[in-house]
Amino acid sequence: MRYGMAIDTAKCVGCGDCVVACQTENNVPNGYCRDWVVENVNGSYPNVEIELRSERCNHCENSPCVRCCPTGASHIVEGGIVMVTHNECIGCGACIESCPYDARYSHPDGYVDKCTFCQHRLEKGLNTACVDVCPTSCLHFGDLEDPFSDVSLALKNRTWKVLAPEAGTKPQLFFLT
Amino acid sequence: MKEELFISGRNIPNIDPFLNIWHWEIPVYLYLGGVSAGIMFFAGLFTILGKEKEMPTTVKWATFLVPVALVLGLFALFLDLKHQLFFWRLYTTIRIESPMSWGAWTLMFITPLSMLWAASYIKELIPGWKWKIKFVDQIEDLVIKNRKPLAWAMMALAVILGVYTGILLSAFNARPLWNTSILGPLFLVSGLSTGLAAIIWMSKSHFERSVLTKIDIVLIGVELFLIVHLFMGFLAGSAVKIEAAELFLGGEFTTAFWGFVVILGLIIPVILEILELRGFKIPIWIPSLLVLFGGLIFRFIMVEAGQITRFLY
Repeated sequence: MRYGMAIDTAKCVGCGDCVVACQTENNVPNGYCRDWVVENVNGSYPNVEIELRSERCNHCENSPCVRCCPTGASHIVEGGIVMVTHNECIGCGACIESCPYDARYSHPDGYVDKCTFCQHRLEKGLNTACVDVCPTSCLHFGDLEDPFSDVSLALKNRTWKVLAPEAGTKPQLFFLT
Repeated sequence: MKEELFISGRNIPNIDPFLNIWHWEIPVYLYLGGVSAGIMFFAGLFTILGKEKEMPTTVKWATFLVPVALVLGLFALFLDLKHQLFFWRLYTTIRIESPMSWGAWTLMFITPLSMLWAASYIKELIPGWKWKIKFVDQIEDLVIKNRKPLAWAMMALAVILGVYTGILLSAFNARPLWNTSILGPLFLVSGLSTGLAAIIWMSKSHFERSVLTKIDIVLIGVELFLIVHLFMGFLAGSAVKIEAAELFLGGEFTTAFWGFVVILGLIIPVILEILELRGFKIPIWIPSLLVLFGGLIFRFIMVEAGQITRFLY
């Protein structure tokens, strides 16, 4: 079992629905977000290219945040999901410093918070909130080890990239190009 | 408009537009930890060498600074925590991979040790001092009897503490400026040198000062050498490393780093110290103050600049 997500940058329209769905589902405090949309503009007119990416925690296999955590509050659960136990977190900020994707933030209540791949929904057999709400179906989620899961099928016939592979973190978010 | 923010990125406090999650508390703590490590290292060293008589400030009086510095440093660290009521979670596990866990445990041992060490000399500092409780006298006897083994422990822990102040930063591969293994030795040497500066400032014996000044000159030389290597490593590195180095080579930290840290904090004091050894009359507090000041600025710059550097994608 290895959860992963594929994001179709060609289909994403940057509506921000995934962001709002996540904030609503996970009670994310005002002004914060666990996922966000990056608009990457390359080149100049007339040769302009825009890439829209819905980004979130990469749930890295070699996760620096888990390595740096002094209390073990950051840990990896079944399916490779990186989680934070709130009442073990001391709010030292080491994991925020260690994340090449800046995917973690300090919750106003003190602990560090981040994307959980909606683990509470996965347990019920549901998809993550962002995937369910995406109007263009550009987010594909599932078990990377299952060849017929949504994400495996999406990765099979397309070219993809991961962000900052040189950071060596083995991210599990794949951007279809 | 919020919609626009969602689409073109994020705006999370202390993370966007650039990371700024660690403020003044961390550099102050790294500095106080480094100075403490320096003082403890030399107190241990000269005890093992049997020089208590010749080097009284190093072995005895300067060590009174250590518990104060460590407690202030720990308090700064505590202020930095954002989930403060759970700080005790640090001591429910040992995580070998996490430098912060290492540091927390090192401090757990070195702070009481430094208190014991200083307290065992209080009778010499204040003649007629009496501990009110008998139990304390017994502990004092124990410390005095086992000074040599304690000095070894103190030296070892001081080296771990000094290296740890650098490793704490260098463990973060997401911040290219920090992610270099030379930071451990560099912070250790800087800590030893600032510790020496504090001792030299306090010392009244000419002999002691000249011995310590000679060591300090060597340490500052090593520090300059490590700084040159730090930048050589960056400039020979990948794009993110070169970008990190450029913050100091023409970027926004150029003046602060080369002016305050390298020239004012290392080169001028080393020249003054050499002149002093040659017999020129130089007030001893000037080079000491400059070294101590340079060390503090160095840590502030490293912590602040490191958070700006990041991977590009």
